[in-house]
Amino acid sequence: MSNNSAASSIVVAQKAVKQLRLEASVRRIKVSQAAAELKTFCLQNAHKDPLLTGVPSSDNPFRPPKSCVLL
Amino acid sequence: FSLCLYLISPLVPEMATQEVQLNETLSHLKTESDTLKTKLEEERAKLHDVELHQVAEKVDGLGQFVMKTRRTLKGHGNKVLCMDWCKDKRRIVSSSQDGKVIVWDAFTTNKEHAVTMPCTWVMACAYAPSGCAVACGGLDNKCSVYPLSLDKNENLAAKKKSVAMHTNYLSACSFTNSDMQILTSSGDGTCALWDVESGQLLQSFHGHAADVLCLDLAPSETGNTFVSGGCDKKANVWDMRSGQCIQSFETHESDINSVRYYPSGDAFASGSDDATCRLYDLRADREVAIYSKESIIFGVSSVDFSLSGRLLFGGYNDYTINVWDVLKGTRVSILFGHENRVSTLRVSPDGTAFCSGSWDHTLRV
Repeated sequence: MSNNSAASSIVVAQKAVKQLRLEASVRRIKVSQAAAELKTFCLQNAHKDPLLTGVPSSDNPFRPPKSCVLL
Repeated sequence: FSLCLYLISPLVPEMATQEVQLNETLSHLKTESDTLKTKLEEERAKLHDVELHQVAEKVDGLGQFVMKTRRTLKGHGNKVLCMDWCKDKRRIVSSSQDGKVIVWDAFTTNKEHAVTMPCTWVMACAYAPSGCAVACGGLDNKCSVYPLSLDKNENLAAKKKSVAMHTNYLSACSFTNSDMQILTSSGDGTCALWDVESGQLLQSFHGHAADVLCLDLAPSETGNTFVSGGCDKKANVWDMRSGQCIQSFETHESDINSVRYYPSGDAFASGSDDATCRLYDLRADREVAIYSKESIIFGVSSVDFSLSGRLLFGGYNDYTINVWDVLKGTRVSILFGHENRVSTLRVSPDGTAFCSGSWDHTLRV
């Protein structure tokens, strides 16, 4: 192994270590708190979610196209 | 990260000492790297005090869901690979293996524009926020922007602008908040942010160890970040300004084909060839839910949330779409209809519908 490729492996390893240090230092909250906030968001927005609540046919832009009667 | 030790008889004694020193440094770095990884897992585990579905125990279950195909868009000559909605909630752009990119009016099912790309396998397409342009790319390693003309007879290909250049296939693209910047991901292992007008590279994102397959931008209120997923089984969250990877998640057991932010921006979902979808919370910095069943063995190609984030739609390689209750972790519905793999899936901007594209050449709304 030439010294050059050992040196470049070191550069790669140094970057990996630096990245891991950054990720390890991230501020975290407890899952219970995070989960509670996800749940709250869902419930607060549920009434605005058309796929959840359903949409009356008259308001549904994708309702089956009405057949036309030509008089 | 692998460490190779070579036994070489050195030509010069100094080289031998240098060799040993370098290898020692490498060895120290590897130890530090392993220690940090362990520490990271420990820190994350300390805060893992409860499961998401436990927190959601008292939430009312969702009733029976009846979702019907309202429109079938036919016209592609080969597998549909990608689609995106226009902000006007009715237009859709889709791209296909046959090199065609089509803009549809989903209400009427009319094709409004069609472009033939110079390459096949157009794996990525996106609608510009203004609705006046679309971006697409694939095996040509580029992302090109086509302004959409009101004149149907005009040849769109004439006004094409090549914006992004990668050294391998383009897997995904997305406009940022404006028509002026595009974010791309590529088989070359990188993501990149480009200025549309000049084609200039504004920022590149290095960190994935293999092809990057998907990306999604954080909802605008939550700031300048995006998430990407790749063949290295990692989902990375990036700071768009600095190019830095700020969080990384590696719990999937295979390629991550799709990532999508939860509507609040505090979490994101991923879909993988390991047949599971997973939810990662950004503030808890860990996976908080897995959406899987023993009976589901085919990979997930595409995921998206309903408007409130309560429903997660997953398009699978077994031709079905599974609908999951995000909070409870249970499947609420399974949708049949496509006659081949579902390759792409997006909920419409106002949440009234979702569109799926498939290898069966069609799109369904």
